[in-house]
Amino acid sequence: MHTTMHTIEIAGSGERYACAPGQDLLRAMESLGRRGIPAGCRGGGCGVCKVHVEAGRFHTGKMSRACVSDAEQGEGFVLACKAYPDSNLRLRPVALLRRCLERQQTR
Amino acid sequence: MALTGVLRPGHVALRVLELEAALRHYVDVLGLIETARDAQGRVYLKAWDEHDHHSVVLRQADSPGMDYMGFRVDSGHTLERLAQEVEQSGLATGCQWIPAGEHPHTGVRFRFTIPTGHAIELFAEKDKVGCLTGDSNPDPWPDDLRGMAPSRFDHCLLYGDDLDGTVKLFRDVLGFSLTEQVVAGPDKLQIAAFLSCSNKAHDVAFIRHPEKNRFHHASFNLDNWNDVLKAADIISKKDVSLDIGPTRHGITRGATIYFFDPSGNRNEVFSGGYIAYPDKPTITWTDEELGRAIFYHDRKLNDAFLNVLT
Repeated sequence: MHTTMHTIEIAGSGERYACAPGQDLLRAMESLGRRGIPAGCRGGGCGVCKVHVEAGRFHTGKMSRACVSDAEQGEGFVLACKAYPDSNLRLRPVALLRRCLERQQTR
Repeated sequence: MALTGVLRPGHVALRVLELEAALRHYVDVLGLIETARDAQGRVYLKAWDEHDHHSVVLRQADSPGMDYMGFRVDSGHTLERLAQEVEQSGLATGCQWIPAGEHPHTGVRFRFTIPTGHAIELFAEKDKVGCLTGDSNPDPWPDDLRGMAPSRFDHCLLYGDDLDGTVKLFRDVLGFSLTEQVVAGPDKLQIAAFLSCSNKAHDVAFIRHPEKNRFHHASFNLDNWNDVLKAADIISKKDVSLDIGPTRHGITRGATIYFFDPSGNRNEVFSGGYIAYPDKPTITWTDEELGRAIFYHDRKLNDAFLNVLT
């Protein structure tokens, strides 16, 4: 069986990894031993792996509305453990964004 | 009867994102037994060695976490007395009576919100449907157990802001003893409290945290370390999200493994600990030794364990 793997790019870190269409973005990264998206519960409940998808198409499973609101989801925010790629993707982890901002504030 | 007042954790009510996936986890992986479903779609479960009708309640919702935790008290008289004392303490808000039968096979429950924001219940009546071995010349364990098959729901760890108020309520009003605590900084601020209403090292525990009403884990008891290792095998076999373990806690001495249900609620199965009498001096851990207090083998703080909550 031929499966087209999608390439996932973690913006800001230069990390790239392959993700099968049916696989979630976090699981694919973790199983390859790659880093960049923080892992939490892996069940769409804790919000630790929240990312902003900057480019590409994906579909999602059910995730906590306490972590990702309807409006945020419309803007491309998603939990990586509940997002499945439909094309190549570029994403930015929210935790990295926050760390980046904090670093700028302390400068 | 020497153990009086609040007897034990009686139930934990959890929200899950998808009920069927949650049931596959709590029944097939953890190994609880379904005892009822109600008109609202809630599912009631118990562990094999528990006599009471249920100890875990699952409800489908848009966000996971804990709705409430209930404690069984020794009599209706105690329930009325404690309800009055909780109200008079000024430490609880939202005091209300939940009518009998709102949980199947359960009497009236007194619900209140504690200073850390969690809803806690007291109840005196829940039908004893019996444990799976029965009580007449029982075998040590029943046949046909599934998954990790803990003997009982044991405790919860909860995160919230007003730790002082919650600890005061549990100790001074509900009669719990402080078995262990973690203190931090030059002022030795209490940041964690382990509370027992029984002979267990903890029946509930709280961590000081900026947000109210957060849930860290619900824990279930296993017989021994080998069962903890077998639980680790099941976590891989069933492709469950592992948090950390198998390992040992310094705090409470439990041998433990942590994992997540499919909605991200953390579960623990553990074995061991010690007998905690009410006059046992409180064990105190300091923040510079917190690594081995939490995970005695790793001896370092684990960011995901400390900060992943529902």
